[in-house]
Parts: sequence; C-alpha cells; structure tokens
Amino acid sequence: MDWTFWVEWVIKGFVLCLILLTGFAYLTLYERRALARMQVRVGPNRAGPQGLLQPIADAVKLIFKEEFTPGRVYKVVFILAPVLTVVPSLVLAAVIPLGTSFNLFGRVVTLYVANVNVGILYIMSIASIAVYGIVLAGWSSNNKYAMLGGIRSSAQMISYELALGLSFAVAIVLGNSMNLMDIVNAQKDMWFVVVQPVGALIFWIATLAEVNRAPFDMPEAEQELTAGYHSEYSGMKFALFFMAEYQKMIVICMIMATLFFGGYLGPGVEKYHLLGPVYLFAKVIILLFAMIWVRATWPRIRYDRLMSFGWKILLPLSLAVVFITATGILLADVYQNQMYFWSIPVLSIISAGAAVLFIYRDLRRKSHGRI
Amino acid sequence: MNSDLIVFLVLSLVSVSSALGMVFSRNAVYSALFLVLNFVTVAVFYLLLGAPFIAMSQITVYAGAIMVLFLFVIMLLGTETISSPTALPWQRPLAVLLAVVLAVESVYLVFARAGSNASISAPDASLNSMESLRGMAMSLFNNFLLPFEITSILLLVAMVGAIVIAKQEKVGQK
Repeated sequence: MDWTFWVEWVIKGFVLCLILLTGFAYLTLYERRALARMQVRVGPNRAGPQGLLQPIADAVKLIFKEEFTPGRVYKVVFILAPVLTVVPSLVLAAVIPLGTSFNLFGRVVTLYVANVNVGILYIMSIASIAVYGIVLAGWSSNNKYAMLGGIRSSAQMISYELALGLSFAVAIVLGNSMNLMDIVNAQKDMWFVVVQPVGALIFWIATLAEVNRAPFDMPEAEQELTAGYHSEYSGMKFALFFMAEYQKMIVICMIMATLFFGGYLGPGVEKYHLLGPVYLFAKVIILLFAMIWVRATWPRIRYDRLMSFGWKILLPLSLAVVFITATGILLADVYQNQMYFWSIPVLSIISAGAAVLFIYRDLRRKSHGRI
Repeated sequence: MNSDLIVFLVLSLVSVSSALGMVFSRNAVYSALFLVLNFVTVAVFYLLLGAPFIAMSQITVYAGAIMVLFLFVIMLLGTETISSPTALPWQRPLAVLLAVVLAVESVYLVFARAGSNASISAPDASLNSMESLRGMAMSLFNNFLLPFEITSILLLVAMVGAIVIAKQEKVGQK
C-alpha cells in the first residue's frame, strides 16, 4: 500500500462529493424546470442562459439569509441534526460502481471509491443511520409540531425500510452476491428489471418514502404540522436538510440503476471503459425525471393510509416477491429448466395484481374514515 | 500492524468515553445518543477484526433500528431529564460489589491472555471465513441451525406477545 493509493483514494472521494454537490444544485433547477413544463409554465429562466445560473443565485441567497436559532432549543443536537442528515447521503455513494477502470498514465484507476464485499448491507446500515437526523431535528427544536413531524417522518422511514431491505434481497438473490460490482456484472445479458419488475417497483416506492418525496412528502403537508421536523430551521441549516433530500434522490437513483437497470453497462462499454459513467449518468437522469413526474402527477397520500400501505400491502408483497425469486432460481438450478426461471416475473406480476386488489379492499375511504 | 494499534487505541478511547457519557449524562436523549456512538465504535472494532458483515449488521440492527425505537419511547414518554435519583437502599452496595468482581475478572483475563502471547488484532481463520457471506450462511445454517431456529421462534413469540398486549388495550378502551 503505497502513498499514491491514498492520494488516489482522497481524490476520488473528493470528486464524488463534488459530483453530488453540483448534482444537487442542478437537480433543483432540473426539477423546477421540468415541473414548470408539466404545468405549462416556463420556470426559472432569468439567471443566466436558460436559468443555468439559478442554483448559484439560490446558494448565495441561502448563505446570506439570517440564521435564526430559537431560544430554548437543545443547541448541540439542534446543530448536529442537519449534519447527521447530510453526511449519510454523501457517504452512501462510496460503494456504487461508476464504471470499471481506466488507464491514466500507465496506472489503473478504478471508477469506484470502495469495492466493499458487503456493499448492499453498507447501504442498508447508512440508510438506517440517516433516520437520526430527522428524529433529533424534531426533538431538539423543542416545539411540539416539529417533534410530532419528526416522529411521523421517521416512523415512515423505518416502516418503508423493511420493504426496501427485502427488495435489496431480490437483487442479492438474482445477482448471487452482496457486492455491487458482481451484481452489475450479473446483468450483462439481461437487466434485473426484466426478471423482477415487481421488485424494482417495490424498491422505487420504498425509496420515494425513504427520501420523503411526493406522494409521501409528509413534511410538505404544511396545514397539518406546519413544516414537520424542519419547522424551526432557517438559513444554511435548512439548506442542509434540503441538500440531503436532493442528494439522497441522486444516490438512490444511482443505486436503483445499479441494482435493476444494469448500472454502468451499455453498448461499447467493454471497449471504452470511460463510457460507463456516461451510461450510469443517463440512467440516473431518466430515473430522476420519473421521480419528478411522480411529484407532478400524484396527490399526497394521507398519513394513516401511508402507514397501512407500507405494512399491509408493501411488506407482504415484498416478502412474496423474495420467496418467488428464490424459489424460481432454485427450481431452475435443480431441474436445469429455464421455464422455472421465467416463472419469476409471471408469478410476481400476479402477486402484484393481488396486492392491487388488496389496496382496493384495505385502503378504502370507509375503512380509514373518521371514528 | 502499527496503524491498526493506533486506530484501536483511538477507538477504544472514544468507545470508553461514550460509554461513560451514556452512564453519567443527565438527559436520557443524550444517553441514548452516546449509546449509538458506542455501538458504532463497536462496529468499527468488528471491521478491524476482519468481519464486515457483522459490523454492518451491528450498525443496521442496533444503531439503526433498536436505538431509534429507544429514542421514540424516551421522546414520547417525555422523560428526557432524570429528575431525582431515587436509589433503592440495597442497590449501591450491590453495584459496587459487581463492579469490583467485573474489574478483577477483566484484569485477570488481560494478564492471563498477555501471558499466552496473544496479540490484540490477529483475526483467526474462523473470522476470516466470516468475511464472505457464503461462509457465514454456511456456518449459520449447518453448525448453528438449532440455535438459529430457536432464536427465530423466540422472536416470533415476542412479536405475538406484543400484538396480544396491544390488542388487549384496545378491547379495554371499548
């Protein structure tokens, strides 16, 4: 282990953070422009050509905004909470492979920060740590609305973490590894979304709930609990929560592209390794567009229905999907018959249909009406 | 080896001081946070020993899931500050006695191990096999199948019990 190894490591980590930070800035612009188009508006287009300097203007505004700390907050935790929210969203990206490797002046540079053996478990553990920022932000504000909002958002994150973990298990079983590089390489012939579309859908829904995006964006439901856990935050501290949400969006789209959409794979990537990040970037942009599209289309789901959807529909469905995937692979292996393998998508789509029927039955207005 | 020792010393400092902070903090939320820090340092110890799977599980299960529920309970009950230490009369002598026993045991073990020339960080073969998930699963489902199943039944019983308790409360309200 020579010193150049350390230098390379530091540079790669730094570049990854830079990518995520600029990505956050321009994702806000992307979202605002795309939402505006969907609502037949123009969107921010004054600062710079096509509004390209808008993120910089926003950043300057947030930096110079008055930072107000309410009187009776628990100060240490109040300052710690936004940091605890941002850091997990940054370090999550460390295990995602952006490509294979390339030669730089005769030195093989790999296109990932860390090739961890238990990469998926690493993502799970960091995601579970991310809940603390929200709980602590709600509690330390010393404000009952903020606290209820914090507890509400974190209960939502914990509930959907189960479905998220099980959809990770689908990718682990299909890729036969917990290493994200191996999972990507296993998708050379076919993306996992073809084999297990329902697993990808569950992952998608669970991650939307995990990053508090529409239609699960409880903090945005101002008429219920003002602004949820970040009611008392202003200035740069509020911007950190905002930043964490958008960085998590990017990272989660990267994870989704890696697990279900072939990651950095694409035509010609074997020959030109530098195409890998380009393909991943394109996939991430498309997935981010889908997230924005969902926000523009779907109404917010009410909190009690959100919880019963997570526990009564999504969790059993994801258990069924894991079971179907594992059984299909086992039977195809034992009987050497690809028919069993293709029963995976068929059976899981049938179970998803059953889940939709249960949504009609269980989430009706009548069973969730006023008592 | 040397850098491992430095990492170990720094980490053990953090670990011990967070444990002390957990015990002596007057605020239950701060205590819980110190405990989370302690769990994370323990996870890094596992990483040093070459067992990343256990380290990540430690963070996911203890620091991520269980401590968040602890925090929920503390916050919802509103018992953040410990007001008056209502100590039971026999508690303090017993605590001193147990602490002395623990100290003697650990000192004895440290010296006994030091005599047998074992180093601090030398992962043996069984730990290395933990590094791959396959080896871990193999030992879990072959050698330790019965304890594994008993644990899962225990958890199931606990879950059913929790549901029964929650249900009874609802019936009582009506």
